Amino acid sequence: MDDGVLTDHAATDTRVDDLDHGRRSRRTLLWIAGLTGLLLVSIPVAVGLGPVAISPDVVARIVANHAFGWPEATWSRSDDSIVWLVRTPRVLLAAVVGAALAISGAALQALVRNVLAEPYLLGVTSGASTGAALTLLFGVGASYGASSLTGSAFVGAIAAMGVVFALARAGGRITSVRLLLAGVAVGYVLNAATSFLIFASDDPEGARAVLFWLLGSLSRASWSGVAVAGALMAAAFLVLLVWSRKLDALTLGDDTAHALGSPPARLRAQALLVVALCVGAAVAVSGGIGFVGLIVPHVARLCVGGVHRRLLPVSALIGASFLIWADVAARMTFVPRELPIGIVTAVVGAPFLLILVRRLRSTT
Amino acid sequence: MISAADVTFAYNGNPVLAGVGLDVGSGRVVGLIGPNGSGKTTLLRILYSALTPLTGAVLIDDRPVTSLAGRELPRRIAVVAQEAPPELPITVADMVLLGRAPHRSALQAYTAEDYRLAASALHRVGMRDLADRDFSMLSGGEKQRTLIARAIAQQAGHLLLDEPTNHLDIHYQHEVLHLVRALGITTVVVLHDLNLAARYCDHLVLLDRGSVAKAGPTADVLTPEVLEPVYRVSVRVLDDEDCMQLVFRPQVPVNEPQPSTG
Repeated sequence: MDDGVLTDHAATDTRVDDLDHGRRSRRTLLWIAGLTGLLLVSIPVAVGLGPVAISPDVVARIVANHAFGWPEATWSRSDDSIVWLVRTPRVLLAAVVGAALAISGAALQALVRNVLAEPYLLGVTSGASTGAALTLLFGVGASYGASSLTGSAFVGAIAAMGVVFALARAGGRITSVRLLLAGVAVGYVLNAATSFLIFASDDPEGARAVLFWLLGSLSRASWSGVAVAGALMAAAFLVLLVWSRKLDALTLGDDTAHALGSPPARLRAQALLVVALCVGAAVAVSGGIGFVGLIVPHVARLCVGGVHRRLLPVSALIGASFLIWADVAARMTFVPRELPIGIVTAVVGAPFLLILVRRLRSTT
Repeated sequence: MISAADVTFAYNGNPVLAGVGLDVGSGRVVGLIGPNGSGKTTLLRILYSALTPLTGAVLIDDRPVTSLAGRELPRRIAVVAQEAPPELPITVADMVLLGRAPHRSALQAYTAEDYRLAASALHRVGMRDLADRDFSMLSGGEKQRTLIARAIAQQAGHLLLDEPTNHLDIHYQHEVLHLVRALGITTVVVLHDLNLAARYCDHLVLLDRGSVAKAGPTADVLTPEVLEPVYRVSVRVLDDEDCMQLVFRPQVPVNEPQPSTG
């Protein structure tokens, strides 16, 4: 059969509907339904797991009791506070941070058009670390009480992002190469600053705390942290979802994006701001959790392809469940000591990356 | 209709275009030709406002191209640019559907009509059966045909192409340009191969070091008198049955200095 351009039109026009309409959206919906189910099961199970095991059924009743005032309490007071005050916010925070890192990674990979891009590339984590080190080692902002660490980390993250942004913008439009280089440069400077702070401080406990923070931990989870990080993550998710076709266009190149009606420099600047707030919030409440933002979007692409309208929700769901279970592993492996979660995500993530390297279809 | 007048552009102070003009009548196919570095691609990018000229203006159907904001630009002009293939995966179908995005708001899903148009555009370029393939895995000819399918699905009245035949074998060079010609829309195409320009363009604009050396009907531009000083080769024009053919021969041995009178 002749496959040339002059083939008779009518012959195959009847199969127009199978192009995308039903089939692909059904597949995406199946993924979303399955992953949502996984997340909904993971949350109560993960809350129940820990040094003190509590069955998911009791977990559900404790949560319902606090949320709706029903059913009557038939459990111990200590179970109640473990579930409601410690583990539920912690598991929810894991889900929020996992989703935030995953959607930020997916968006950044499109913004700088690079498969190795991840949220930490922008200097955001390094800035947060320097901010956290200032508080942990020198008590900067300590007068603000319990939230001072989170606050200074967030300020550090946003300030670093601002510098990266200004550098990438200096003398022209923000291109992907400029942005990558500026992010790497600022990251190095800030990492050196954090190391210097550790070196300059005489407080070995403080240095240990900084190290723990650098590797990430959800142990400081609170309901207010869940609320703030969750709100920023949800807002970023919605904005990026609205811009999903613009992100698709941007992955094809700056000229093509412009020609398709998405001026690349402006879109990059706006999307970066959104991503910076989202990552800044995640890092401020959890420290430097690596690999999630790099790996999860690639896994999601293997499931539903690279179009952002499908990629972003699936990335968020995979990231949420993944970090919940990574945190369970961090809590349970060396009881009663807690492993920094960044070690878990790296141990799980690195082999995943190797598998992806083999599976990722790329011409370059 | 596309018209540009008095377009000047410079990269970091190095002049690239100096007072260039261009007129493309409705439904015409105009070729932009010229040696390397003569400013063809720069002019093309200015035509769809990817670059802003220092002076001069581009009009699309009598409206300044810079006034076409957001989705209005892609509804009027479809562009097949030369860009490195994306690292991130995207299927052929999704690539072509992006041509429909300018017709929908950010919150609107693609409609059945969009899928129908994308499918028929893919069919028209003979790529219908490869709709589910990853774009980066396609051959050069398939990639080019996919991008043209996106342009077709875009339903814009103007088409700009930057060397669409680059890296294609002779069969696909002709197939792609034949396809472009058959679309019957106002087209500007950057071409290196003058024989392809001879066969597929109504008018040609010959650029030389940032200025228009000659513009006009194809047969008027592709003459030895016009081409020889610009390309510095000897040109012979043969009359093939249906179309002129150009034969080139080096003017001077390559290693010797060029005569200053060129």
